[in-house]
Amino acid sequence: MTAASTQKLAVEEIRKDFPILSTTARGRPLVYLDNAATTLKPKSVVEAVQRHLLLGASNVHRGVHYLSEKATADFEASREKVRSFINAREKAEIIFTAGTTAGINLVAHSYGSLLKAGDEIIISAMEHHSNIVPWQMLCERQGLTLRVVPVNDRGELDLTALEQLINQKTRLVAIVAVSNALGTINPIKHIIDLAHSHDVPVLLDAAQAVAHIPLDVQTLDVDFLVFSSHKLFGPTGLGVLYGRRELLDRMPPFLGGGDMIRSVTFAKTTYAELPAKFEAGTPHIAGVIGLGAAIDYVNHVGLAAIAAAEDELLHYGKRCLSEIPGLRMIGTAEHKTSIFGFVLDDIHPHDIGTLLDQEGIAIRAGHHCTQPLMDRFGVPATARASLAFYNTKSEIDSLVQAILKVQRLFA
Amino acid sequence: MTSQVDLYQQVILDHNKKPRNFKKLESHTHAAEGFNPLCGDHLWVYLQIAKSPDGADVIHEAAFEGSGCAICKASASMMTMALKGQSPGTAKTLFSEFQSLLKGELNPDTEAHSLGKLKIFSGIWQYPARVKCAALAWHALNGALSNQQTVSTE
Ligand SMILES: Cc1ncc(COP(=O)(O)O)c(C=O)c1O
Repeated sequence: MTAASTQKLAVEEIRKDFPILSTTARGRPLVYLDNAATTLKPKSVVEAVQRHLLLGASNVHRGVHYLSEKATADFEASREKVRSFINAREKAEIIFTAGTTAGINLVAHSYGSLLKAGDEIIISAMEHHSNIVPWQMLCERQGLTLRVVPVNDRGELDLTALEQLINQKTRLVAIVAVSNALGTINPIKHIIDLAHSHDVPVLLDAAQAVAHIPLDVQTLDVDFLVFSSHKLFGPTGLGVLYGRRELLDRMPPFLGGGDMIRSVTFAKTTYAELPAKFEAGTPHIAGVIGLGAAIDYVNHVGLAAIAAAEDELLHYGKRCLSEIPGLRMIGTAEHKTSIFGFVLDDIHPHDIGTLLDQEGIAIRAGHHCTQPLMDRFGVPATARASLAFYNTKSEIDSLVQAILKVQRLFA
Repeated sequence: MTSQVDLYQQVILDHNKKPRNFKKLESHTHAAEGFNPLCGDHLWVYLQIAKSPDGADVIHEAAFEGSGCAICKASASMMTMALKGQSPGTAKTLFSEFQSLLKGELNPDTEAHSLGKLKIFSGIWQYPARVKCAALAWHALNGALSNQQTVSTE
């Protein structure tokens, strides 16, 4: 079956899995084009969370009673689903966190504590603030230096510059796999190989990649990979940190507390094995169970079919938007996901956002937590329409009509 | 259907396109910069305050410059028009009335106020994300009157 026919066959059916898509906003049929902020949740995810909370609520790893054992089994089954989804070697390499931001902070603190003054971390000019600020804080704490790979006018990384920035003092390359503001898909395999040829580990911020492109941590040979459940059709407040065991074993715990210990005495506390070592406190059990259901859902639709459908939306959207006079696309990389960042001549993105909202169209307007990137492109903000596989070409048509209407209003 | 008010009325679009008193006032006696880090709206408000023949302070000139969204620019433009000829005390009253208007705490049709045309911004409280846009110039005004040079709406 070709990718195109997969999409045509499935999209109307798929939309029924997301009840929110049949609702209205401001009295208009909702057109949800803010998937980069958070993806919608299919019924099966909500039902899994609900089933747990209504019929199975219990703590994990602690009780000897029936409910606790059941919750623990469900919780650990989700970990296995995550492992298999990104093809990690072992479940112990899957750490549940509060989200992408929490995962990066964990690495910045724990792996960061092994680094010393004068060491260097490389990030890029297209990072989300969550892959900038934790490193700046580490640099401040321990006297490290942050190096930044520049971005070209199309919104692609300058790989030659990256090669020049890596040196004897580099201790980590932390790079976004897919840019949330531009949609750029970075050449992650190439970056990882390059860094590894200098014995430098790589952290991938896969927040925007995980729901759109297949990620295999063994094929990529990546050292750390972080993402958020809520951008993978799962609940908010939850994320995953994948770490290579050799690294995780060497790293000290980040948060201390219950569940992350082997034994505690006032004289000496010893820590639990992976992954518990990095999972202090009662986790987001319902969320983890929901994430498991989200992964089942994605596997059911198929990530390849998802990517193909989104690619078709990307090409259609690119063509339609490029025909609008006075619209400048921010992010025109050769390889990108269905994220459209744009500005209109003489119309502020916030006005675009509010006016599209009045048409029932949800987009995001602002700096998208990428202020240095906005500076790079000389704009204070952009409007961003980000599409997922459940979006349709006719929703892109609605977007285009609404943009033309905004332009007429401001003419 | 919706009870949403139309934010982008003609008056606002017109002030956005042709902002009044949109210049740097070289002869200013008071000035402040306003910045909204969330959306990048950034402007400067200038006042020229002098004594009138009866010895009271009067705002002779008010102007602004900078960049922002239509709501921000229109609000700033209309503010400068409303300020001319007013005393600093009246300007402060306008500031607090406008604040109440933006929060939806003042109903301009049933309660007394001196906002005049500025009441067009009533209803913006229905768009919480945009209230700051309309408020920015006014915060800068308040900063200028209080001799505070930079204000941020964060
Ligand atoms: C590329 C990227 N990195 C990191 C994050 C932060 O994710 P979270 O807020 O879920 O921690 C986001 C979310 O906006 C993102 O798009």
